[in-house]
Amino acid sequence: MTFAAARAILRKDLAIELRTRQSVPAMALFSVTVFVLFHFGLDRNEIDGSLASGVLWVTLLLATVLAVSRLFAAEREDGALDGVLLAPIDRTAVYLAKASALFLYLVLLELIALPAFAILLLGPDLTQALPELLAIVALADIGLAGVGALVAGLAAETRLREVLVPLLLLPLLVPVLIASAKATKPLLMLNPAATDLGKWLGFMALYDMVFVLLAVAVFDFLLED
Amino acid sequence: MYGKGLRALSIATAVVLTGATALIFFYAPLEADQGIIQKIFYVHVPLAIVALFGFVGGGILAIKQLRTRSREWDMRSYVAIHLSLVFAVGALITGSIWAKASWGHWWVWDEPVLVSFLIVFLLYCCYQPLRFSIEDPEKQARYASVFAIAAGAFVPINFMAVRLATAHIHPRVLSKTGGSLPGEMRLTFLVSLLGVGLLFLTLWKVELTAKNASMKLKKLRQRLEAGEAPATPLPEPAPEPVGTP
Repeated sequence: MTFAAARAILRKDLAIELRTRQSVPAMALFSVTVFVLFHFGLDRNEIDGSLASGVLWVTLLLATVLAVSRLFAAEREDGALDGVLLAPIDRTAVYLAKASALFLYLVLLELIALPAFAILLLGPDLTQALPELLAIVALADIGLAGVGALVAGLAAETRLREVLVPLLLLPLLVPVLIASAKATKPLLMLNPAATDLGKWLGFMALYDMVFVLLAVAVFDFLLED
Repeated sequence: MYGKGLRALSIATAVVLTGATALIFFYAPLEADQGIIQKIFYVHVPLAIVALFGFVGGGILAIKQLRTRSREWDMRSYVAIHLSLVFAVGALITGSIWAKASWGHWWVWDEPVLVSFLIVFLLYCCYQPLRFSIEDPEKQARYASVFAIAAGAFVPINFMAVRLATAHIHPRVLSKTGGSLPGEMRLTFLVSLLGVGLLFLTLWKVELTAKNASMKLKKLRQRLEAGEAPATPLPEPAPEPVGTP
């Protein structure tokens, strides 16, 4: 029941995204712009190591903010949230649908942003470490999507929405940034070094689990009345 | 109800804090290579620990709020978080002073307590803006509680992440905050921790009492304005003493 409702909401969100294209293209364009900014800001043509992984992950986090602040836009603008809330479904379905939509947006974003990063800024070859990188990206995306959908729900009905989303989301994502940047750093070095990939993947899995379970537990209390 | 025991608690706080100050300056030995500035440790670390527990406690009180839907638990959670924010500012400032004195920099990125606190502090700084940008009081309590729970769970996880990222670079931190303190220092530290913890509880109770009293006053005013002017001077003697004795 919950999952069927979640699938329906997800399908609706993806259909809207396919037709209006308001989130993913904006995120992709934004990240390419930020790479250009970093090129001039750092005055570097090629970066590697901790600088490269930092630039990559900070950019992805900032792009996430864009999607999170638009996540409930369709519901809010047309008063459609009332319709969703009137439907006899669990609020958890709304959370699961929104988090999955955000996860898919992030995957699409990375399909564009990672190659763009490799072409524009990255010194070492990205393909040598692709499997490890994909594992990091997958776990990080679950965390970003899980926390992002919760923050979107929290901020959706406040007056300070545009300000609150980045201010709430970015500190909450610091552990993801720490783990993903630390795990990615050795992969992007000119001379790949020993990694403690396992430690960071384990930590991200723990973070993902805690926050997704927590969000499922408390999301019922948002979007009431 | 809120005012009860406040006097005893305040006296206990004052006594323990005075005792802690005496212990800090006259009992605890001077640290060999840092000198007098190391004494700030007895303020900084208790502040940090109490603020941390206050944040997590605010989250636990918020769970109670969501369960019972009562405004009282929301107020308790709000005051706990609000006070923890003040204590966290204290922890950040004292930590910064200590860092400047012992390492020569106002800010040290490889001190996990300090860094975690900055992140937690930045997150909790959004608590009040989030809260007060929602007008409906019932909804405000609910949203604030959801935030408090998520943020309360975030505190230990964030701590873990920062510690994982720094532990192997800067191992002396572990020995500084942890087990290898000499006996006199350990006792002084524990008394300071107790004192700061009691201070937190007292302030929490005072603020709750004040908020409760002003809410009752507001209700009485509303009744008065609504024309329910009582025949007797006041409706009834207040069932329990409100406010500081």
